[in-house]
Amino acid sequence: MAKIVAGIAVSHVPAIGVAMDKGITGTPYWQPLFTGYEPAREWLAKLAPDVAIIVYNDHASAFSLEIIPTFLIGVAAQFPIADEGFGPRPVPVVKGHPALAWHLAESLILDEFDMTIANEMPVDHGLTVPLSVTCGQPNAWPFPVIPLCVNVVQYPPPTGSRCYKLGMAIRRAVERFDQDLRVVIYGTGGMSHQLQGERAGLINRAFDTAFLDGLTRDPVALSKITHTEYMREAGSEGVEMVMWHVMRGALGDEVAEVYRHYHVPASNTAAGLMILENRSAA
Amino acid sequence: MSKLHDYDDIPGTYVYDAERGRIGYSLNMFCMSLNKVENRKSFKADAPAYLDRFPLTAEQRRTVLERDWLGMLKVGGNIYYTIKIAFCDGLTFQDVAGMMSGVSKETYAQMMLAGGRSPEGNRYKDSSATENQHG
Repeated sequence: MAKIVAGIAVSHVPAIGVAMDKGITGTPYWQPLFTGYEPAREWLAKLAPDVAIIVYNDHASAFSLEIIPTFLIGVAAQFPIADEGFGPRPVPVVKGHPALAWHLAESLILDEFDMTIANEMPVDHGLTVPLSVTCGQPNAWPFPVIPLCVNVVQYPPPTGSRCYKLGMAIRRAVERFDQDLRVVIYGTGGMSHQLQGERAGLINRAFDTAFLDGLTRDPVALSKITHTEYMREAGSEGVEMVMWHVMRGALGDEVAEVYRHYHVPASNTAAGLMILENRSAA
Repeated sequence: MSKLHDYDDIPGTYVYDAERGRIGYSLNMFCMSLNKVENRKSFKADAPAYLDRFPLTAEQRRTVLERDWLGMLKVGGNIYYTIKIAFCDGLTFQDVAGMMSGVSKETYAQMMLAGGRSPEGNRYKDSSATENQHG
């Protein structure tokens, strides 16, 4: 039986990827952020998961406004790196896990989550920056990845509550897979940030701190935060935090926070990282 | 006549909802085309001619040609799309954010280093009327 052993919540700011790609992570601006990533990398290397499910959003890379899937799962054997308008990031191609991905697609749809299925798609910084943050710069990523894409670009994204329930369904599906796999799930995006309009640059440390605390203590209540509250309190792009609820829902009731890092600013964004180990019985 | 949304009273914010989606589609699909390197070259070589390929309104064309970043949002631009024009120009998200909020690059960068724009006084368009109710 497969099991989700841990969850990682991490912001996916494009500038974090650029800083790594340009080799400037040791500058005074970036050093405090990247120093805080080191314990997470050590933890993940020690955990050595068999596969990762990465919940992220596409930023007008694989998908335009032509077709906007609310929830999508990538079932391919590999996913190329997208050109988002400044050339593809110089990172390894992302290998998939078609057997588990197809199992998830079938299970989730029959469990009443109407997933879109992608056989071909490039992946952008929303997925590759979390890999870079947690794995560094290897020649190949250390585990296969199942991309799970959530629309947050066209309003409205799915609600936090729906995302949490999708996470619960992912957990049920993983536990019905007949191979012994240790799975980690990433929830990405956030934390507070606003990239647009006269209010660009909004950061709300108090909101972010309460959100991080709530992920462990009361995730169901946290999942009921409305889109308008995210936008008002955590900036228009802070609504990306709905994706963290998918990750949290995929863990059981009993989790332990094993690491937390929070830094302002990463470009326009409050960058957060949290590791939760699943202590629930399967 | 547009219906009211409970987010309409957030100041300085352009939610990319159904109404903006209806007016902004072609503008954003032009931006999407800049994901291809050959299109970036064509746009840089002759922007007006390149824009002729897309059914934009006169105001949408103006905002693109004049790099009126805030104006683009008002005519249906979505920041995840319009930023691709900025990438063509060698600008970053932070450069554009500073221009949209009407301050210099240095002032904006300094605000972010100091912890970002506070939500205090920035939650409601008429902050004096409603801020207190929501702590």
